[in-house]
Amino acid sequence: MLHRFANPARFLRIARWVVPWSASLGLVSGAAGLYLGLAGSPADYQQGDTVRIMYVHVPAAWMALAAYATMALASAVALIWKHPLADLIAKSTAPIGATFTAIALITGALWGQPTWGTWWVWDARLTSVLILLFLYVGYLALWNAFDDPTRAARAAAVLALVGVVNLPIIKFSVDWWNTLHQPASVLKIGGPTIHPAMLTPLLLMALAFLCYFITLLLLRVRGELAARKLRALQAARAEG
Amino acid sequence: MTRKRRRLFVVLLGMATLGIAAALVLFAFEDNLVFFYSPSDVAEREIKPGQRIRVGGLVEAASLQRTPASPEVSFAVTDMRRSLKIVYTGILPDLFREGQGIVAEGTLRPDGAFEARSVLAKHDENYMPPEVADSLKRAGVWQHREPQQDASGKARP
Repeated sequence: MLHRFANPARFLRIARWVVPWSASLGLVSGAAGLYLGLAGSPADYQQGDTVRIMYVHVPAAWMALAAYATMALASAVALIWKHPLADLIAKSTAPIGATFTAIALITGALWGQPTWGTWWVWDARLTSVLILLFLYVGYLALWNAFDDPTRAARAAAVLALVGVVNLPIIKFSVDWWNTLHQPASVLKIGGPTIHPAMLTPLLLMALAFLCYFITLLLLRVRGELAARKLRALQAARAEG
Repeated sequence: MTRKRRRLFVVLLGMATLGIAAALVLFAFEDNLVFFYSPSDVAEREIKPGQRIRVGGLVEAASLQRTPASPEVSFAVTDMRRSLKIVYTGILPDLFREGQGIVAEGTLRPDGAFEARSVLAKHDENYMPPEVADSLKRAGVWQHREPQQDASGKARP
């Protein structure tokens, strides 16, 4: 199954077909989610309009975790089965995931100031997400620290796998320890504790973020493949 | 055993070892990872006056007292087992109200009250429009801020 998709030519064919669909689905759900989130949904009984920050903050945080999981999975496939595409997928995921993490941290600070009364606290949830950002940045730095792409890929893949430990810590930090950050509202036992009028725009925005991630990832991998081809051609020309 | 197989086992073994190590470290550091103590924690741990800590809990109903012509306020926070009197001079956050979860940072005074230097409001995981909150209250099924919650604001199952 994996071997089928490890073929770059087949990957490019699939990507060319998926990108228009994921891009348009992302645009439509993003437009609907933004409209419902900013105008078509009620204010919260306690937070007032500040609750609308959630429609960006929560999808960004989910995708920050999902992107890391993707990156770690691709890294594991690259380390174990040495598929030529897996390294490129992992490498292409990192900047996108880092951006999602930064968005989650910044929007969280903007929400924390009016709600909690502070931009930042060193509680377990906030600190572990900050560590996630550092993992992404460290991963990218490691890729650029080696001249030999094969060695860079291996070192970065090991770092990505080590960082997986952080994912359950982020998810369960709010249950394991006393934190200022509230526990999960949507992905929890017993169903969401968000009113449907607020859950709808949230899920639409989550779909938009997911589509955006898929689109951007496929485009980046396509770019990486083109860059690799170019390097090979230049090397062949220098020899010939 | 093929080389792919061996690499798979090395990766799985490495991840398992790392996971166990992380779990042990987190377990050992549990006291330092909590963001705040509950009033019961404060009593059990025999925290000395002057030691800077954070205390969290729900603001007890009808415990808020304002000093006339001064920004000093006092209130009690509770984890439904014990409560602790908190004295604070300053502006309380917008979300502060009786029944609301808060986290105060400061020191214990020798008389047992807690002198807060900052008070943060804690938000819980419930989101709803104001009309829904009102109708829940009217129908008598309002339970988001009631005693079945523990100090961290999490509803008990």
